[in-house]
Amino acid sequence: MDPIVNLIIFICVGVASLVLSFLAASSKSLLRSATYLLLVLICTAGFYLFLNYHFLAAVQISVYAGGVVMLFIFAIFLTSNKGDLLQKHETGKYVAGALTALGGIAVTAFALLKHHFIYGSNATIKGDQEINMKVIGETLMGTEKYQYLLPFEALSLLLLACIIGGILIARKR
Amino acid sequence: MEYYLIISTLMFFIGIYGFITRKNMIAILISLELILNAVEINFAVFNRYLFPGRFEGMFFTLFGIAITAAETAVALAIIINAYRTIGNIDIENLSKMKE
Repeated sequence: MDPIVNLIIFICVGVASLVLSFLAASSKSLLRSATYLLLVLICTAGFYLFLNYHFLAAVQISVYAGGVVMLFIFAIFLTSNKGDLLQKHETGKYVAGALTALGGIAVTAFALLKHHFIYGSNATIKGDQEINMKVIGETLMGTEKYQYLLPFEALSLLLLACIIGGILIARKR
Repeated sequence: MEYYLIISTLMFFIGIYGFITRKNMIAILISLELILNAVEINFAVFNRYLFPGRFEGMFFTLFGIAITAAETAVALAIIINAYRTIGNIDIENLSKMKE
């Protein structure tokens, strides 16, 4: 694609993701907050597409948009009374939060812009760099160096424990 | 590359701001999602720009997404249970773990 068009799309997605994440962190209605979160996650999938991680974008949309946000919306419906808005903290808490965030941004941005990254040999995001499914499958199922069978199995165990724990915590007594 | 990192930094600290200033537990969890999402963008960006041709960052993003989903499910179960116990999910009402 034309680099200028690429840049314009990137800027649009970036600004949209920042504005939407601020709205998600400060919106008054909980359901709206969850919807903004969904849009932020979709913008993140757009970033993964920019980076040529197509598989990651698909996982992001299916797991987050399909799973996590649905869970959030169910939980919001189960736990909120009709038409109530979010309670507010006192002003001091907001000042503290904003100061913490701004200080953190200052420190991190300083370190980020001061540091010179050593780019990899083929660091353009142009061209055909997509990782194909065969490589992904072999890396997830292999046991050699830089292959991830053990984390994969640990993760499946974690999900099992999470299912059991969720049922145990949330069941009716 | 710096643009991605700046975006993820801002997203991370917007999440921190929400985490501090929110009262409702689900809202806090949404801010936590923002934080984790920013971290995952960082993994993918570092992998693509600094180590192209290797896959560590991508797979850690994958595992991170799965762990986030698990954590959200358990946290929402806890929140629903708390709602059933005290009828309200603001953090100030949740000062006792067990009555």
